[in-house]
Amino acid sequence: MSTPTGKPRKQIILGAYLGGVNHHTLWHLPESGSQIDFSTFERTARTAERGRFDFFFLAEGLALRERDGQVFDQDIVGRPDTFTVLASIAAVTEHLGLAATINATFNEPYELARQIASLDHLSGGRAAWNVVTSFDAFTGGNFRRGGFLDRSQRYERAAETIEVVRSLWDSWAADDLVIDKEAGVFSRSGAGSFAHTGEQFDVGGWFGVPRSPQGHPVILQAGVSPQGRDFAAASSDAIFSPYGRFDEARDYYQDVKARAAGFGRDPNHLKILPSASFVLGATEAEAQEKARWVREEQVTGRTAQILLEQIWNRDLSAYDPDGPLPDVEPALDAPSFIAGRALTHADRPATVARLRAQAEANGWSLRQTVIEEFTRGSFVGTPTQVADALDDFVQNDGSDGFVIGSHLVPTGLDELVDDVVPLLQERGSLRTEYEGTTLRDNLGLPAPACAGATVEAARA
Amino acid sequence: MTTDGSLTAPQDPAGRGAPIVAVALDGAGWHPAAWREPGARPEALTDAAYWVGLTQLAEAGLVDLVTFEDSFGIPVGPWDDPAADRTDRVRVRLDAELVAARVAPATRHVGLVPVVTVTHTEPFHVAKALATLDHTSQGRAGWQVRASPSGTEARLTGRRDLPEITAEDYAAGRADEQVAELFAEAAAVAETVRALWDSWEDDAEIRDVATRRFIDRDKVHRVDVETRWFSVRGPSITPRPPQGQPVVTALAHATVPYELAARVADVVFVTPQDDAAAASILAEVRAAEARVGRTGEPLRVVADLAVVLDADGRAAAERLARLDAWAGQAERGWVTDARVLAGSAADVADVVEAWTGLGYDGVRVRPAVLPDDLDALVTDVLPELRRRGLARTAYDAGSLRGLLRLPTEVPNRFAAV
Ligand SMILES: Cc1cc2nc3c(=O)[nH]c(=O)nc-3n(C[C@H](O)[C@H](O)[C@H](O)COP(=O)(O)O)c2cc1C
Repeated sequence: MSTPTGKPRKQIILGAYLGGVNHHTLWHLPESGSQIDFSTFERTARTAERGRFDFFFLAEGLALRERDGQVFDQDIVGRPDTFTVLASIAAVTEHLGLAATINATFNEPYELARQIASLDHLSGGRAAWNVVTSFDAFTGGNFRRGGFLDRSQRYERAAETIEVVRSLWDSWAADDLVIDKEAGVFSRSGAGSFAHTGEQFDVGGWFGVPRSPQGHPVILQAGVSPQGRDFAAASSDAIFSPYGRFDEARDYYQDVKARAAGFGRDPNHLKILPSASFVLGATEAEAQEKARWVREEQVTGRTAQILLEQIWNRDLSAYDPDGPLPDVEPALDAPSFIAGRALTHADRPATVARLRAQAEANGWSLRQTVIEEFTRGSFVGTPTQVADALDDFVQNDGSDGFVIGSHLVPTGLDELVDDVVPLLQERGSLRTEYEGTTLRDNLGLPAPACAGATVEAARA
Repeated sequence: MTTDGSLTAPQDPAGRGAPIVAVALDGAGWHPAAWREPGARPEALTDAAYWVGLTQLAEAGLVDLVTFEDSFGIPVGPWDDPAADRTDRVRVRLDAELVAARVAPATRHVGLVPVVTVTHTEPFHVAKALATLDHTSQGRAGWQVRASPSGTEARLTGRRDLPEITAEDYAAGRADEQVAELFAEAAAVAETVRALWDSWEDDAEIRDVATRRFIDRDKVHRVDVETRWFSVRGPSITPRPPQGQPVVTALAHATVPYELAARVADVVFVTPQDDAAAASILAEVRAAEARVGRTGEPLRVVADLAVVLDADGRAAAERLARLDAWAGQAERGWVTDARVLAGSAADVADVVEAWTGLGYDGVRVRPAVLPDDLDALVTDVLPELRRRGLARTAYDAGSLRGLLRLPTEVPNRFAAV
């Protein structure tokens, strides 16, 4: 099926984001459920599979957030171990991909290769790894080596980690498992052997997980600096992006696809997936009214102050949320006032200047500024309007799909699946049945080069 | 079987519950040639269905818990060269903790106890993984703590240099210092994991709508562990597991590991080769408890027993002889750390009766071949044990701690009293 412009219609890729440790999830609503009981994860994953989503997505943060040395208490706090809960979700789903956000700084490549390949086997080829690179010393306080990595090296380590991980996945050729009971040959000589010496790692030995169904589980990346973009363009299958507004999303899309081509890759093999949310209503007015209510519930005056404290890096509790933006300057050299949050505002003065300009131009208060500027890509309207908007966004190359979540856990995804998904399916932008058996197949990604060849070459 | 999972009316003459019966799952079975048996399914070792099937079979037999064997590297037999390139043994193994997590939603009662190595892993990751297994299994998680003394395993992450320990080094006492150091670190990791499990009090999540506070932050605690190997600030990112403290176990063969178990574990698996050793090991474990000043619940002492049973219409001795011939050990026979029993269901029940009579809390059976010896365990041995009042007749508790008759109200070390 094709679009009115004659271009072939793109299939929308959908990941289901289980709302978590931030102000987006409205935990105080009576219908909101547990954030840790397995039933919540099962419920959301089954709903996503019913809606023929590509994957279920979990973010990660390896230290409880703190403000001025005290654990955050106003947002959701606490989450499960990502790999463990995904392995359990594999038991209650059949087709849904299982995407684990996992840090490359505080894990070793051997363990990651083993855990992800194990998850790939246990799920029949549905594992994905979203590589993140948080490196801060605060998070490091929970780990053996502390904050050992300099910011400038975060992607060096991540890139070398992926290289080692993929070499471990390639250490078993598909036919290395011989299993000849009569002759007593279990596997071929040399199967699983690996060795790597580089700037970050000097490792070697035997890898005990034979080639998994996907060969290479899918790799996603999240990070937006120039290094982050190059890293993604060179070595990942998909990007989880923060750009939800069409114009900035399209710029980003073009930028990273061009970078991928620059690395000699087919840009179609790098999927761009912004994070998104939605609010539905029977009429547009009703949806807009509800969306305004959701935003106001999400960004209380207190939350607005705290979100700005991340940028200003200082205590802003004395600033009236209904008054103007703080007139003080950000504290650039002070220790982190808010700790344990992925840093997405690397350039504080520039961000402050932008917010001030916006507030001034629109006459916004502190809280209004946060509501307007911190709300991620949100699709609001009737089911038809939202289906149109999602589809247009993708067909016009704002993205290849979305990682989408609701402000309500675990039932919020239901209405998207019940009311919007059928409309996308009707117009041919979303599958009605899973076409492949693995996540890689469903995403339309190519099979990795056959490991046999590499392995043979390495052994020769 | 009745709908509540009971087989017959409970018989509990002593009034303290039947002995613990555990099953240790490893690859195609514990015999090095197990994978060559006609019934073995070595091609399925990486399939979820294989592990689900075995665990469900154990659950149908009302087994208390299943352990999932693991090491940091590939499977290697006791004292085999871990660096050798072999083609005649099972060389593959999935991450045991993830196998247990995959099995959890497909089972309801049986305890799930993966081996998780502590030497090269992060205590923080280990703590949240096992806490999460306890959440997804609704209170059935345990942990078999494993230290890794192998230089070959150390090379896998390249983070530290450990010399290889050979059987000769070990026998000559040359490895004593290295082993003692690794076990001291293992104890510190286990203590840290336990502290992280307690770092959230049970009622830390308050969801107080009026004040818009999700947690009471006075009930979420840093652990601030400082050891000579590592430090961890905490708190955990994962709320306290349903059991409070999942069940901690360890396999131990000597004084140093007995002391590790006495310090940090709820259950210790030991390996007596005969009745005399069974008596002396039990005394050694109790002495280790006294030496480390253990208070509260005594260790549950569970004896490992490797079994080759009459199965498939073939006598146990004949099955073992064929396995040994395949493994190239026809002369020596199958010698492993645990006692090997080739025999009938009654023979196994006799050993269980003798050892529980000495004061053991139960046995952990290591089936020589999977699924054959697990099948025989469930169809022949467990009914015989039940006939003698030596195995449970129903799952009568909702958590692994409950099944093991460990206290189910577990005080939190950080809670204000
Ligand atoms: C959309 C998005 C989502 C992210 N999610 C996480 C996460 O769940 N956990 C985490 O530790 N870091 C997360 N990060 C942080 C990135 O991994 C990265 O460390 C950070 O963006 C800094 O890298 P950069 O300078 O390339 O942006 C996320 C970043 C983006 C843009």
